[in-house]
Amino acid sequence: MAVSAPEVKQLTDLELMAHLFRRAGFGARRQELEAALERGYEATVEGLLHPEAQPDLDHDLIWRYWPDMKEQRQIDPSQSYWVYRMINTNKPLEEKMALFWHGLFATGFAKLNHARVMLNQIATFRKHCLSDFRTILIELSKDPAMIFWLDNQENTNSVHNENYGRELLELFSLGIGSYTEDDVKNCARAFTGWTLKNPIPGALPFGRFDWEFEFRPDLHDYGEKEFLGERGNFQGTDIIDIIVRQPATAQFVARRLHNFFVSDTPDQEAIDQLAETYVQSQYDTRAVMRTLFMSDFFRSPKAYYAKVRSPAEHVVGVMRLVEDFTYPKWGIREISLECRYMGQDLLNPPSVEGWHTGKEWIDTGILVERVNFAAAEVGNIDKPGVRKIIERLRAMGELSPEQLVDNCLDLMGPLAVSDRTHHALATFAQQSGPLRLVAGDRAAEERVTEMLQLIVATREFQFG
Amino acid sequence: MVTTHKPPTLVVLQLTGGNDTINTLVPYGDPLYYDNRSTVRVAEQDVLKIDDGFGFHPSMAAVKPFWDEGKMAIINGIGYPNPNYSHFRSMDIWYTAVPDTIAIDGWLGKAVRELDPRAENVLTAVNFGRGLPRALSLAGVPVASVGQLDSYGLLTSLSSVSQRQAALELFSCLYDDGWNDQGAPPSRQLLPEEIGPVLSYLGRTGLDAQKGAEILGTALSKYSSTVEYPKTQIAASLKGIAQVKMAQLGTRVFYTSHGSFDTHANQLLVHAQLWTEVSEAVAAFFADLREHDEADDVIMLLWSEFGRRVKDNGSGTDHGAGGVAFVLGDPVKGGMYGEYPSLNESDLAIGNLQYSNDFRSTYSTILEHWLRLEAKPIVNGSFEEFSFV
Repeated sequence: MAVSAPEVKQLTDLELMAHLFRRAGFGARRQELEAALERGYEATVEGLLHPEAQPDLDHDLIWRYWPDMKEQRQIDPSQSYWVYRMINTNKPLEEKMALFWHGLFATGFAKLNHARVMLNQIATFRKHCLSDFRTILIELSKDPAMIFWLDNQENTNSVHNENYGRELLELFSLGIGSYTEDDVKNCARAFTGWTLKNPIPGALPFGRFDWEFEFRPDLHDYGEKEFLGERGNFQGTDIIDIIVRQPATAQFVARRLHNFFVSDTPDQEAIDQLAETYVQSQYDTRAVMRTLFMSDFFRSPKAYYAKVRSPAEHVVGVMRLVEDFTYPKWGIREISLECRYMGQDLLNPPSVEGWHTGKEWIDTGILVERVNFAAAEVGNIDKPGVRKIIERLRAMGELSPEQLVDNCLDLMGPLAVSDRTHHALATFAQQSGPLRLVAGDRAAEERVTEMLQLIVATREFQFG
Repeated sequence: MVTTHKPPTLVVLQLTGGNDTINTLVPYGDPLYYDNRSTVRVAEQDVLKIDDGFGFHPSMAAVKPFWDEGKMAIINGIGYPNPNYSHFRSMDIWYTAVPDTIAIDGWLGKAVRELDPRAENVLTAVNFGRGLPRALSLAGVPVASVGQLDSYGLLTSLSSVSQRQAALELFSCLYDDGWNDQGAPPSRQLLPEEIGPVLSYLGRTGLDAQKGAEILGTALSKYSSTVEYPKTQIAASLKGIAQVKMAQLGTRVFYTSHGSFDTHANQLLVHAQLWTEVSEAVAAFFADLREHDEADDVIMLLWSEFGRRVKDNGSGTDHGAGGVAFVLGDPVKGGMYGEYPSLNESDLAIGNLQYSNDFRSTYSTILEHWLRLEAKPIVNGSFEEFSFV
């Protein structure tokens, strides 16, 4: 981390691979990293960019064990379903992109009161996670959850409701300052009649319907519209055609991807590079992501641990580290609720702006949650991932206090810490002297889990 | 009027899930009540009558004395325009005091920022429960969120006391940018520019969290009482609030919740159980405060995100509108405030009670006349105030 090491070192292959998997997914286990290193960085990136080539999870097993997830009535099991997917997916980038689009096109259960349509929206984000941005905006505009969330079912040729039209321009593409109020009006007019079948919001009287998109010609405003300087009898799709070719949209997509996948600190040169690929590739997200992962700025020490982990990244990352919930079992709800306790209520962002990220993920109460959750997990000596760390350490023979710290940090990331943090951990470890992990010596193993708990309590562990 | 030198304190108890208004303050004198409630009803002989028309649910016996002694304000018909029947949305409306658009800042978060503008006391607001309700959420406002007071703190997974003590000392080293023991560089406070603004912020946040936990830990050791709290979750939370309050740590806003009041089915049993738990816990809480002469600077607001459907569904009741809230405490001017909504079919809106007063009137009253804050910027407008404090 640039904090204590102002001289810029290159990342090692292992550090880079771990960095890639943290950003393109929810972190990789050491054995996965080792396998990826065999394939090489570029081949690994290409594999991540093609989730469609990987098998989906075994849903028969999930539905059989967790019928409430299949029913998709309530928000809690629906969140658990997504968290389970994040932990176990064979397509890490697909799940990560879905989380990205969810934060960008933030739609909330609070208003919908309908978990199934929220999960349908996330499924759409998965399906189109790396599609071109035009397709993504069209699918978004036809998404029942989004239509209801931003009231587009009330947007008709007799009464215009500008909510969706405005947010499409302000929050989902161009950004404020790149369009006029007249553009908003005409954008909204073009989306009149983009509505829902079965638009019954609540649970009553017959339970929740699976809403569907419907275009109603009788509610559509077929008149001429002027939008961003162009004139025509525009439909919603025509508006999206105009939107996606605006330079402001290229910048917007690039900036948001950079912020989510690279760093909490914007870097205009990097953003320009992504925006250029966006234009050259005809708005192809897969091409932009390839540029991103292969870029120097992504592989730079400047990007290494340069993001505060979101609660989902933190919770899922820890669960992947300890290798728990690798199959359906009791207790997943408690895990997914942690995201809510830490301020990221999945499927229910606070507003259409999504979550505030970076340092705003953390306050005093949330820090206590983050530290205690992670410490309880890595402090559990029986979790498979913790056992694997212990076994790897055991194979190293006697460990000096310094070696204990270094190897624990390595096996938990590798995690980069400042000299000060390293010094503090080493000073702590010295109090108990060298460590030899004899099989069956639980007290010795607990020295390891104690060190793991201290490491997850560091500031550095809050980054990803 | 605040007649004490101690700063006024607010306790908020959220009845999560939508408490059934007409089975809480039962309009037993209105035949329409019994017409609509063929099953989910409180029989007249069971009602704890407070006048010719109304009475409490029998499970509220423990809080009835507040009414009898003039220390309970009942806010009838509380709500907001265009009621939303989603729990989450309706709660958010109450949390943010913004009913028409989606807002994110909590009304109590804003109040806490006014009470402690420089965030000098990490315990100005304390929540008892997991995760922070949005009511208290505002960037830059630290709030301690306590699951259980006797086990609250950092690194509670470390089991042995000495091990944990050492770990906590290490924790302060890890988060302090100025430590210099054992010759570790540097020997002065690092500036945010040197360490990076986010790490620097995390450092302060970590130290605040630890300080909060340490101070809260002292509350337990100072506390002794003859009051026996029931063995329920809400009683444990309110006991924690009493302990922190009595430790005089400068906390001005406490928050906790109980539920779920979402009684679609089996309501007679569940609702009675919930109100027994709430009433007994609240009664014990105030008895404890009074025993320690600490009750004259506390009021408690009990609210729920909505009321329930006037007609029952044979086993429970579905989401409705038109709520009832309570403000309790020794400084409270007891009585009925707000108009009890009519049960006449022509007065109902899709089978639900109509609200008669905006919840922001109650908020404004508490902010202006109890916490002594300007209500308008917090509740986003001017609302008629009541006179219960």
